[in-house]
Amino acid sequence: MDVLFQNVRELVALAEKENKHISELMIEQEIMISGRSREAIMEQMDRNLTVMEEAIERGLKGVQSVTGLTGGDAVLIQNYIASGNSLSGELLLDAVSKAVATNEVNAAMGTICATPTAGSAGVVPGTLFAVKNKLNPTREQMIRYLFTSGAFGFVVANNASISGAAGGCQAEVGSAAAMAAAAIVEMAGGTPQQCAEGFAITLKNMLGLVCDPVAGLVEVPCVKRNAMGAANALVAADMALAGVTSRIPCDEVIGAMYRIGQSMSPNLKETARGGLAATPTGKAISKAIFDNGGLQSIKSLQ
Amino acid sequence: MKFTSVFDIIGPVMIGPSSSHTAGAARIGRVARDLFGRQPKQVKIHLYGSFAETYRGHGTDVAIIGGLLNYDTYDERIKTAFEDAAAAEMEFEFIPEEAHKEHPNTARIVMSDDDGEMSVEGISIGGGKIEVSEVNGFKLRLTGGMPAILVVHNDRTGCIANVANCLAMHNVNIGHMEVSRIERGHTALMVIEVDQNIEDRVLDQISYIPHITKVSKINN
Repeated sequence: MDVLFQNVRELVALAEKENKHISELMIEQEIMISGRSREAIMEQMDRNLTVMEEAIERGLKGVQSVTGLTGGDAVLIQNYIASGNSLSGELLLDAVSKAVATNEVNAAMGTICATPTAGSAGVVPGTLFAVKNKLNPTREQMIRYLFTSGAFGFVVANNASISGAAGGCQAEVGSAAAMAAAAIVEMAGGTPQQCAEGFAITLKNMLGLVCDPVAGLVEVPCVKRNAMGAANALVAADMALAGVTSRIPCDEVIGAMYRIGQSMSPNLKETARGGLAATPTGKAISKAIFDNGGLQSIKSLQ
Repeated sequence: MKFTSVFDIIGPVMIGPSSSHTAGAARIGRVARDLFGRQPKQVKIHLYGSFAETYRGHGTDVAIIGGLLNYDTYDERIKTAFEDAAAAEMEFEFIPEEAHKEHPNTARIVMSDDDGEMSVEGISIGGGKIEVSEVNGFKLRLTGGMPAILVVHNDRTGCIANVANCLAMHNVNIGHMEVSRIERGHTALMVIEVDQNIEDRVLDQISYIPHITKVSKINN
């Protein structure tokens, strides 16, 4: 199949040669592959953006998962921001709370848009709706943020993996955070190469992250991993915009992520047999939830 | 290239909590139903790898049943799929398997009713994207990204040409085609990916061709 780009090097080279944004190349490739019109493609992404916005709004009002393991943290963080005492900065914590909000809605079996997966669905929208308050983008620029994320995600999915079961959490939240960093850089006016640097710096710091969900649920530690994914993305984007570069090229970082995933024990790839899932508390939670054959709330234990 | 669209990455819109274990599972259920051609009366669902270990927590079970009831990934009714299946008189059973499969998220769905039985194996490869890896014991690789026709037939000279002719008469262009058989002269399978959704009358005509035993389709 003919595509415009198969790796980040080709993507950046083409963007520089044609003097186009990465988001534009993703849109052009989608038109080429799907045969659909630009309008139809932009409309579909607009609908995805609306789903993300509604999930954040719902999460910021406070939700609870069926088990009671997660929910309500987005509200706590927003209240803390409002107190004016935050140390790491309002924009950063706003992104963190909105990433958490999305994943709390996901854990509660609410409606979300996978970016690139459901377990990692908080990072891209969380950062977008926080950065929005600083950069005041148009609706189209917000839609383009998703195409920039998508372009990098497309490369990762085809050259490595975006599945926790295949590559660990580095493939999910790691990919999501790196995608978000690239999109932040583009929205803030950085170059295509700076997008790639932001992506590489983020993913380097997510390498090796295992997928070890307690009781096999997309709750603990997934929600908080999205929080840190959002923080990682914002800091890496700022570093890239400051002119910091990655010594290891982006595509090689993606290759490293793939090989690390391949050599990771199956116990640490979404089987709930290792890591946090295998801690005494992790096992006790699992037992309490599944003891009667079905999914139970653990609220009675708390 | 496994992922071809930006909406494989930014999407799907879905009910949580897991794109591979919930959205992908719903899609496997739905594609199995499509291939069976109707809502089955009895279903046995064999789960492998991570699916077998974590299916209850991820809602993989309700999602597969939801898919078998023709619900899409974003359909809120996935949450009540067990009750809906009971109301629709579809019996089901989940069987977590110990056996190791090539892909960690594999489900084999065996559907039956008074008119027949069919087995469909699907894998969830990440981000809600799936592939069909086996139908009735035939290994294949079908992404569900394009409409497709599956034709089970007796392994006889001219069968493939007759089916291709029939599609040509209806102006259906073949994008990709695979043929396989379990043993020479016995049952064989054609997997034909096409550029547009196929009307039922085209399937009916294919089913009238000599030596064709079963025709099913996946629309996009």
